[in-house]
Amino acid sequence: MPVLDSAFDLRSPEAHTNAAAMAELVADLRRVAATVREGGGEVSRKRHLSRGKLLPRDRIRALIDPASAFLEIGQLAAHGLYGGEVPSAGIITGIGRIVGRECMIVANDATVKGGSYYPLTVKKHLRAQEIALQNRLPCVYLVDSGGANLPNQDEVFPDRDHFGRIFFNQATMSSQGIAQIAVVMGSCTAGGAYVPAMSDESIIVRNQGTIFLAGPPLVKAATGEVVTAEDLGGAEVHSRISGVTDHMAENDAHALGIARRIVASLNTVKQPSLALREPVPPRYDPAELHSIVPTDTRRPFDVREVIARLVDGSEFDEFKRLYGATLVTGFAHVWGYPVGIVANNGILFSESAQKGAHFIELCAQRGIPLVFLQNIAGFMVGRKYEAGGIAKDGAKMVTAVATAAVPKFTIVIGGSFGAGNYGMCGRAYSPRFLWMWPNARIGVMGGEQAASVLATIRRDGIEAKGGTWPAEEEEAFKTPIRAQYETQGHPYYSSARLWDDGVIDPADTRRVLALGLSASLNAPIPQTRFGLFRM
Amino acid sequence: MFRKILIANRGEIACRVIATARRMGIATVAVYSDADATARHVHLADEAWPIGPAPARDSYLRGNVILDVARRSGAQAVHPSYGFLSENADFADACAAAGIVFIGPPADAIRAMGSKAAAKALMAQAGVPLVPGYHGEAQDPALLASEAARIGYPVLIKASAGGGGKGMRVVAEATAFTAALEGAQREAAASFGDDRVLVERYLTSPRHIEIQVFADTHGNVVSLFERDCSVQRRHQKVLEEAPAPGMDPARRRAMGKAAVAAARAVNYAGAGTVEFIAEGDAFYFMEMNTRLQVEHPVTEAITGLDLVEWQLRVAAGEPLPSAESDLSITGHAIEARVYAEDPARDFLPSVGRLLHLRQPTERPGVRVDTGVRQGDSITPNYDPMIAKLIVHGADRKDALRRMSTALAEYEVVGVQTNLALLRAVVAHPEFASGHFDTGFIGRHPDVLSPAAATPEPAVWAAACLTALAQVQAAARADAARTGDPHSPWADLDAWRMNGDGYQDLHFATDAATVTIRAHLSAAGTRLDMPDGPVSASLDAGLLRVDGVGRPATVVRNGDALTVLLAGQGYTVRQIDPLAPPGGEAAGSDRVAAPIPARVTRVLVAPGDTVAKGAPLMVLEAMKTEITLSAPADGTVDSVRAAVGDMVEEGVPLVTFVAE
Repeated sequence: MPVLDSAFDLRSPEAHTNAAAMAELVADLRRVAATVREGGGEVSRKRHLSRGKLLPRDRIRALIDPASAFLEIGQLAAHGLYGGEVPSAGIITGIGRIVGRECMIVANDATVKGGSYYPLTVKKHLRAQEIALQNRLPCVYLVDSGGANLPNQDEVFPDRDHFGRIFFNQATMSSQGIAQIAVVMGSCTAGGAYVPAMSDESIIVRNQGTIFLAGPPLVKAATGEVVTAEDLGGAEVHSRISGVTDHMAENDAHALGIARRIVASLNTVKQPSLALREPVPPRYDPAELHSIVPTDTRRPFDVREVIARLVDGSEFDEFKRLYGATLVTGFAHVWGYPVGIVANNGILFSESAQKGAHFIELCAQRGIPLVFLQNIAGFMVGRKYEAGGIAKDGAKMVTAVATAAVPKFTIVIGGSFGAGNYGMCGRAYSPRFLWMWPNARIGVMGGEQAASVLATIRRDGIEAKGGTWPAEEEEAFKTPIRAQYETQGHPYYSSARLWDDGVIDPADTRRVLALGLSASLNAPIPQTRFGLFRM
Repeated sequence: MFRKILIANRGEIACRVIATARRMGIATVAVYSDADATARHVHLADEAWPIGPAPARDSYLRGNVILDVARRSGAQAVHPSYGFLSENADFADACAAAGIVFIGPPADAIRAMGSKAAAKALMAQAGVPLVPGYHGEAQDPALLASEAARIGYPVLIKASAGGGGKGMRVVAEATAFTAALEGAQREAAASFGDDRVLVERYLTSPRHIEIQVFADTHGNVVSLFERDCSVQRRHQKVLEEAPAPGMDPARRRAMGKAAVAAARAVNYAGAGTVEFIAEGDAFYFMEMNTRLQVEHPVTEAITGLDLVEWQLRVAAGEPLPSAESDLSITGHAIEARVYAEDPARDFLPSVGRLLHLRQPTERPGVRVDTGVRQGDSITPNYDPMIAKLIVHGADRKDALRRMSTALAEYEVVGVQTNLALLRAVVAHPEFASGHFDTGFIGRHPDVLSPAAATPEPAVWAAACLTALAQVQAAARADAARTGDPHSPWADLDAWRMNGDGYQDLHFATDAATVTIRAHLSAAGTRLDMPDGPVSASLDAGLLRVDGVGRPATVVRNGDALTVLLAGQGYTVRQIDPLAPPGGEAAGSDRVAAPIPARVTRVLVAPGDTVAKGAPLMVLEAMKTEITLSAPADGTVDSVRAAVGDMVEEGVPLVTFVAE
């Protein structure tokens, strides 16, 4: 396979500038992540530990295979929302390996508002289940939650993608043979009681886990019966009498040990239908990505320099290199897995959109997973291009992206604007995973364009009425628009709302992508049936 | 010379005899018991024959079977080595009768030396010095006192029928004799019903010095100098050396002469050892061993001879290869016997598999005679010797240095060994001084159980790195068996998104438990040790802690990790943090009725201690008797039903006190 030749000068001033700027972004990302990992703060952590309970991240560490990776999903969920008091939306989700089997782990963080479900907690729980369903990952729920966050009940209870969907998903997955395992390590109240009850197997920790439809206060209010939590729904009750739980554990560690034994008994076989290779590191160090990518999304860079630092041996078999050059397509391997790469190298034209659609068809035909490297300002505009049918060519690409049934992975490495986001498999196109680099920006268009468009409309309005609009007033009009777009386009803003699965260090991209690819291979790759392509 | 010989032995000595025979172009026949079917000597010999079940009396001691093998295999001679049949005169006769050469002394010589009392009488006639003493029947106290005076103080009064220290008295001077005699007689009468005693010279600081002799069938007898085997434990030699420290040429000549005289007195042929007890310039005959000794390699080292070759030549009727005048001593040699035994537990043999065995590399001045390899077992059937380590240096100091270096190279995991004892003795100033006697180990009990070494940080580091490497290897191996053989999930560096990966490892020794956090990254592993963080790696047997490298080996046996650093072994246990606190007995603190039933008998009361499985209560339901048993060992806390009660299912009837 042809090897990409890097033309980038790592010693150039530009490289140093890029590296310094990216280092700052990554350092900030790690700082924010470190704060998030603290959960609900010192006092509630101490209270949690004093009860002999493990912290949720330590539970996960003990549950997964020793020293194995944990691919966290939605790490920055609720960042900056709810007064900044609900780190990770109070629930830790991600893929971890248990006895050699990739599983989806959903762990309530009781140090954060008692583990209660905020709207984004629900959204994150459902996103984790969606990933589990798409990739056929057994689910292990480490339950320690007071249930729905009552002040926010209108945003967590009634709608389709609200709390009830959790149990719908459990039933659906169980019906498809995707194991549902619950470990009750704390409260499991009201609707939450259905998590263990709807599971294939459930474990409860003695003198710690409780399950009831209504807790002691509600029972007293409803019937006047006075009962302790333990007698109402403790481990003894559910393990010996009710049968809601199947295993009683002495403590957190013991419960996690039992969960591992359950996973060990699942008898599932991973059978990827890919021609795998022995993984080879890229010829160019992935850490060099920091030097290559400008943090200003308006500054162009050759995406092949990025590909060279992601794929095995920097080997890239490019498809239609001479045609529609603003979209780079080609075959490569990531960690031994064959992939088709679709990467932006400028604005999308009709030719590049057609090329993209053709390449996606190739990958779907061959059952090869697709990796989208998004850095797109949008489709080309103007009379010539509209007349040339850029809309129908863009539609071809969007159709291909939407209906290709191979696993799709999207990484936003720069801008993600407008219809380019659709054509390049944005969130709405259900890639198996979507990650953003800390320099990335997302929005219907760039802040500058939005400010200009809105200013133009306004000026047209003013001038139609015969008025004039001084330049300084126009600038004052544009500034807050730019600021709004900058804020809302920021990857933290996106991640906080679960528009993506996480913000990652560019240097980790290869690893993250490989973990995701491997996890996705737990599900068979179906045949694709494309939608109609407008010719 | 023989074309083919049979070696009627096992272990290191069988291997050692095979080596000489092979060098001399003589084919070898090994014999083996069921327990030794895959032993090293079986693999080294040109052919190997089974001779019976594991117990020695059913295999290596069955002379008729061995002779039958000799006949059928066409062996012309049998080498008995030491132990087993080596000093069995009847076997020597049987060999002669079968027309097969017994590679050892004539049967008569074995018999003559086999009886201690007769041998001493014979030696007295031959002018070989014996410990001065009185062994007569007359027991008149005055006579005994005068005999004591003749022998010379200090003397030892011993019960004639005695043993085990009963009826034994050391008397320093004549004035104390009468009282001591009375005490000894009283004890002897009480212990053995016989108050007769004997009186001997008491040696306060005796040394065990033996002379290697060799005789041929042409009337030549030579002395191959002495060996000092004074460092003993419970009458078994621990370290042997040649020449003896402090030996002067005149005494060596005198002892050699006496030993040659002893050999001549019994018409000896072949290799033999005359053992003396020595103090100052005096030496007294104890016994003659009519075989090749375990410790013969030290003599080989200082003389440059191969004693097995000499044995074969003498047995084949050749004259001795050298005359006494041609023999000389070069340098100093020491042998250490490496045993699978526990010195701290009265040298109890330690049975088990040699999970890991690394012996010192053989090189000029360092010789290792062994019969085992890694993976072999030390069984209760035979002597638990692992090897003999023999060093040879320019002088005693040089030899000692080589010995301590070589001992430090020893790595044995799977059985207890006496290596720490050997190291402690070799490092002991008294041993180094050369002024020691047979009481050395008794006087220094600290060498028996050198203070249990507290694991140094490097030990924890090596244990951590090994545990991590093993889970890594296991994960890769597991992945390789799946459809996703190169899975990135099998790369164990505890990767975390936007954070540093770490893994806690938990270990315990008898003294403490330690948790070490391992931070893993492409740049290397950092370990949070109890006294601060270090960077560490263990690669191809080289352990690096903060850059400083040293050889280290780690051997796992279940949850035990033995870390070998400079020959010192430390064993730590790895703890599974997910193991339930009280074993898999969760929920065994109460017993409930399985179905609604009537209580017919109550068998326990609060406060009773019950063992797992003990009956607690008998119920009757649907005409069936149901016995409730204790789910685990414990103490009854409460009994919540009485005879005649109807009980509901699932309701606790007996509870136990929480652990």
